[in-house]
Amino acid sequence: MSLSAARPLNPWRWLALPALICIGVTMLFAAPFRVFGLQLPEPVFAMVPTFAWAVIRPSVLAPFGVLLLGLFLDSFWGGPMGLWGLSLLAAYATVLFMRNMMSGQSRSMMWAWFAGSTGIAMLAGFLFTMLDSLAIPSLVGVLWQFLATVLLFSFADYLVDQFEDADVRFR
Amino acid sequence: MAFRESPLGELKVPLTWTAAVAVLVAGVIAVALLVSDRRETLQEEAYGAARKTVDTVAAPVSGAIAAPVRWTGQGLSWISVYLFTASENRKLRRELDEMRSWRDTAIALKEQNDRYQALLGLKLNPPIPIVAARVVADSRGPFANARIADTGRSRGVNVGNPVMSERGLVGRVVGVTNSASRVLLLTDIASRTPVMIDRTNARAILTGDGGPNPKLEYLRRDDSVKAGDLVVTSGDGGVLPRGLPVGVAVKDSLGNWRVALAADNASIDFVQIIKFVDFSQLADIKALSEAEMPPVTTKDPQATVLRPNAAVQAPQALNSPKVTAIVAPLAPMPRPLPKPVSRRPVTRPAASPLTPVQAVAPPPPPVAATVAAPQLISPATPQFNGRR
Repeated sequence: MSLSAARPLNPWRWLALPALICIGVTMLFAAPFRVFGLQLPEPVFAMVPTFAWAVIRPSVLAPFGVLLLGLFLDSFWGGPMGLWGLSLLAAYATVLFMRNMMSGQSRSMMWAWFAGSTGIAMLAGFLFTMLDSLAIPSLVGVLWQFLATVLLFSFADYLVDQFEDADVRFR
Repeated sequence: MAFRESPLGELKVPLTWTAAVAVLVAGVIAVALLVSDRRETLQEEAYGAARKTVDTVAAPVSGAIAAPVRWTGQGLSWISVYLFTASENRKLRRELDEMRSWRDTAIALKEQNDRYQALLGLKLNPPIPIVAARVVADSRGPFANARIADTGRSRGVNVGNPVMSERGLVGRVVGVTNSASRVLLLTDIASRTPVMIDRTNARAILTGDGGPNPKLEYLRRDDSVKAGDLVVTSGDGGVLPRGLPVGVAVKDSLGNWRVALAADNASIDFVQIIKFVDFSQLADIKALSEAEMPPVTTKDPQATVLRPNAAVQAPQALNSPKVTAIVAPLAPMPRPLPKPVSRRPVTRPAASPLTPVQAVAPPPPPVAATVAAPQLISPATPQFNGRR
């Protein structure tokens, strides 16, 4: 058996590059921009690598990548430090332990899984914010951000397609 | 080298469990950061070095990234202005007619006001300096609502400064670096702003929840506000000046009072930072807490003692460590009382445990408590912890 069937993934390609793209797009969508009184949506782009990394393969580096992305979101958006790190890790852990159930499923079913993991992240963010601020966040705001994030599934699907078969040990 | 030939080729690492441990470690780090976060305070120390670094880097980067978006927005704005020129012109003409009458009223009132001030010799507050800033990033999610402005400490901006648009209050500065400021919006879930209803002077706290319309909480009476009432800052607490326009009161579907923010109708790419300083807040708490207490000087107790034999007994009593720990040495000695005449037989123990010195030492007088009061009572006094 040659190494080509079980070659390790290059962390730069499957971890660092998507994270950097995610940071750049997040900053782009934070631009103060309003057309006809409407602002840009604010999806959680970090959900894309969070979902894809857990589906591609179990990794020691990926959870810390998720944590760093979450800390960036907290710093850049001005939220409590650790809020998005913890919320994204909750979603990552859920997908990681259910990835066996996801393998080989259809695209629409994977979209449902992505929506479920996004919902877990948003629910965790809602609860942690409630505990941290002792106030109830706006449910309408949470719902809008959830819907905007769910629409990003195509990017997560592309990332999974790129690296899912790179290491046959984790298929 | 082939995979099987590697010395680690046959090693089967339980990677799923290793990844689970990594998730656990990362989660513990996130929990620790979340618990230690104090972003809602107005203290400079609470805005950590990591946030300052991110703001310093994010301000120019976001400015560069946002530039094409800004140009696109300006182009679309130009198109909308072009399309709606006729209706806009009609609307502006109507407003101009109304404003002309208000202008005459304002001129008359200003002259009257100046006359009254001159008659009373009234000294008004000096005008508050304002700094204009460009917004380079705007977060508007349900869990955080903040903006980064490209002006910082180099232009005199400080933590706590109120931030306005041309229509009304936007928020306040919660973090500042040399070149950037972080503005906590009124809609943020951590935002609490003392406001009042302009018509009735009824006080309330404007509480953000991540939605577009923050809530009016702690209103004492429900009839003190009605829909359309102007809401302004009350100035209570000294963080914000009094009278800054905030918005108008509206009722939501659940019957709660909320505020439609005036700043929502203004452009979001420029703000004004008001360099407001409340003079009642200028006390340097750090200097006050670090200052040494002045020494307590009292008169020599021996100078006030009238009893002749006390001058001999008192120094012995003061040298005894047991006695000096209890009896304050600065207390004046009481006058000797006359011996009581008792008709009952006096019974004494065979061997008294008291030494002669302790036996003649007077009981602790009440004056001693006043001398020791600053050290004994101060730990029990309530301390203001800085968080309201």
